[in-house]
Amino acid sequence: MKRAFTLLAVLMFGIIFARMVGDYSERQSVSALAEHYLSVVPQELGAPNVVTGILITFRGFDTLGEVAVLFMVAASVGILLASQPEARQQKELTEPEPRRPSELVQNGAEVILPLIFLFGAYVIMNGHLSAGGGFQGGAVVASAVMLLVLAKPSSQLHHGFLSITESLAGVLYVSIGILGLIFAAGFLDSHILPKGDFGTLFSAGAIPLISTLLGIKVGAELSVIIDRFRN
Amino acid sequence: MSAMLELLVILVCGSILVSGILAVCLDNLTAAMVSAGLASLFAAVSYVLLAAPDVAMAEAAIGSGLATLIFLYAIRRTGGGKG
Repeated sequence: MKRAFTLLAVLMFGIIFARMVGDYSERQSVSALAEHYLSVVPQELGAPNVVTGILITFRGFDTLGEVAVLFMVAASVGILLASQPEARQQKELTEPEPRRPSELVQNGAEVILPLIFLFGAYVIMNGHLSAGGGFQGGAVVASAVMLLVLAKPSSQLHHGFLSITESLAGVLYVSIGILGLIFAAGFLDSHILPKGDFGTLFSAGAIPLISTLLGIKVGAELSVIIDRFRN
Repeated sequence: MSAMLELLVILVCGSILVSGILAVCLDNLTAAMVSAGLASLFAAVSYVLLAAPDVAMAEAAIGSGLATLIFLYAIRRTGGGKG
């Protein structure tokens, strides 16, 4: 009975997907909305990278919600997995020495870690110019932290510092949004700062600033989540 | 889309499919998880081929890096799925 039901569900999904694939034809021109965005973003926001321009200004509220969801995840992982100090001491007493990471990982991390951190910072700062942005750059930074944790299992991340950094970035992010409400057209409007020269690092209004705050917040949150799972 | 690119996209999509099936079928949980990470790495490659580097970057860092590691830690904490 249960099997028949599962089979029916799979069949229905199959029919739906088959129709989607069957009707698919590649779009030969840009849609009207995309055309609007492609002309408005570089002109009015001064950001060559249209994707980041949309994500941080037109859909800024969505991005704020995304970061809020990530914050919730970090908080709930912290509540569920936070190990009590005495339990950790007990664990250290009873458990044998953790296995050392292979030499390849250790030496490779020493060479490659600064490069990954630098790349993450570059992606965050150049979000409005080239591919990437706050969210992606934050994820790159967090994956560098992941490599650090893998290569040096004894290292401890300072959760208090990361939490404070993350909260501060969040507060500043919302404050910039409210500043936009006062000095510009609406919440998270990037016109509170001058637009600058098209294509330079300090241009496109508040987009680089918001992108940087976003990157710091995402990087800190993801790092804390990884570290919670490790201990 | 040129024929070369199309062939490459089909190849990458096939790889996603194969590593996804492996992730479901493998008995060894660690190997299955690495295979799932591989699937999302190939997905990131396909995003680059389809000219969406922003999405590809997030997928490569979160999907194939962080998520795989978190699952591996979870597998280790639960005793490799045997206990």
